[in-house]
Amino acid sequence: MKAHRIAALLTRHLYLYRRSFPRLMEIIYWPFVDLVIWGFITVYLMRYQNSLPSFVTFFLGALLLWDVLFRAQQGITISFLEEVWSRNLMNLFASPLKPSEFLAATMLLSIGKVAAVSFVTVTAALLFYSFNVFVLGVSLVPFILNLIVTGWCIGVLTTGLIMRYGQEVEVLAWGLVFLFQPISCVFYPMNVLPTWLQAIARMNPAAHIFEGMRAVIMTATFPGVELAWASGLNALYLSCVIVWFHKMFAVCKEKGLLVRVGE
Amino acid sequence: MAQAVVEVQNLTKRFGAFTAVGGISFEIKEGEILGLLGPNGAGKTTTIHMLLGVITPSTGAIRVFGLPFDRHREVILNQVNFSSTYVSMPQALTVEENLRVVAKLYGLERINSRIDHIIARLEMEEFRTKLTRKLSSGQMTRLSLAKAFLTDPKVLFLDEPTASLDPDIAAKTRALILEMRRSSGMSVLYTSHNMREMEEMSDRIIFLSRGQIIAEGTANAIKSRFGETDLEEVFVKLARGALPSAL
Repeated sequence: MKAHRIAALLTRHLYLYRRSFPRLMEIIYWPFVDLVIWGFITVYLMRYQNSLPSFVTFFLGALLLWDVLFRAQQGITISFLEEVWSRNLMNLFASPLKPSEFLAATMLLSIGKVAAVSFVTVTAALLFYSFNVFVLGVSLVPFILNLIVTGWCIGVLTTGLIMRYGQEVEVLAWGLVFLFQPISCVFYPMNVLPTWLQAIARMNPAAHIFEGMRAVIMTATFPGVELAWASGLNALYLSCVIVWFHKMFAVCKEKGLLVRVGE
Repeated sequence: MAQAVVEVQNLTKRFGAFTAVGGISFEIKEGEILGLLGPNGAGKTTTIHMLLGVITPSTGAIRVFGLPFDRHREVILNQVNFSSTYVSMPQALTVEENLRVVAKLYGLERINSRIDHIIARLEMEEFRTKLTRKLSSGQMTRLSLAKAFLTDPKVLFLDEPTASLDPDIAAKTRALILEMRRSSGMSVLYTSHNMREMEEMSDRIIFLSRGQIIAEGTANAIKSRFGETDLEEVFVKLARGALPSAL
């Protein structure tokens, strides 16, 4: 891998975001609106659910962490779509750029996006609802890292599908991640799911993170087992999707799709 | 005798039952401009895409600088570039920003002076800070050429490079290509539907039809072989199947 090629892609996206108001909205406006709506819902529910004093922490904590996963996925998929929309894929892949360098650049971009969005939402949660996400303590760091990697897995999967099946499946960039939300147990504990769905949810690293988050809030203990599960599954899935992406890239070159995606 | 920098042997591309390129062999020598002629759908662009590594050949071999392309992609593509009227660049970036990204992608040094030089050579000063989406088609073509020239490639693939340029800029572009070839020994694969341009630019021409090479040689040799005085006449007759293959 060559750092200058990864830096070139980062520069291209920095130029893009610097002057694009709609793209800045994606970082500031939507996460902020999401937070405000969920914040009011939480405040409303709290009036009638005094028996659950951690309601705000549960919901807003879950929302902030879900946004980490969502933005990490978007960081990868939207970066790819930007190249499709500007018909720039040919310029990139007829250069010495490797698919692995392309993925590395989009992963770094997604970290930047997560950082920017998190700054907005964490600040807003503190200002408007007096919710401090740092009550999650030291667990917050491995939670965020794991959610970023889960977001990458879904992002690489989505990108590979768009590359293979073209703009017809572009909607997956926004939709596929929500297929994982019910089994991520973001806003409810895993035990409310039917038994058969719990078995599937256990295979989802994000579900372990949100279970871990609730454990920290309820019992103030470090969720070592949940984090170990999440990290192990993430390592496995990330390796698999990267191999799969390279295979998909080869299939696209074989079928001549790489030069046609976006047409 | 000049060495071959690009060697293509029995190159074939099939998409299912359709054969886009059917077992063609040719070479481009150091400093040579090879014209690739043929009607729409003849396989010119597919051939260029295979030479750039964005389409995998079904069979056949490509060697560039003596190296097999499939095993030395990175080294080869560092010294190769292309310009095509069918490829765009990021629309929300300015001309200069796009060139800066390309320079970084190829790991170039002295980026500012290189960009200044190429912008001056292609007379792009007046729109260097303009957003790419606001460029006219002629300006867009010049940006695409600037992107290709910026990296000082040893091999350049030009797919209808002057298609949307006015005659003045088109003539300057052709002069620039010829000058770069003279000064750096760059080899060029050139496609165009402008026969006069093809004759002016190409040392040798390959005529493709339905994925097959049906004529090869200098423009004069091809014309005399078919008993025509005009390359355009040869093109029309070969494309319509009114002339037998010269191979």
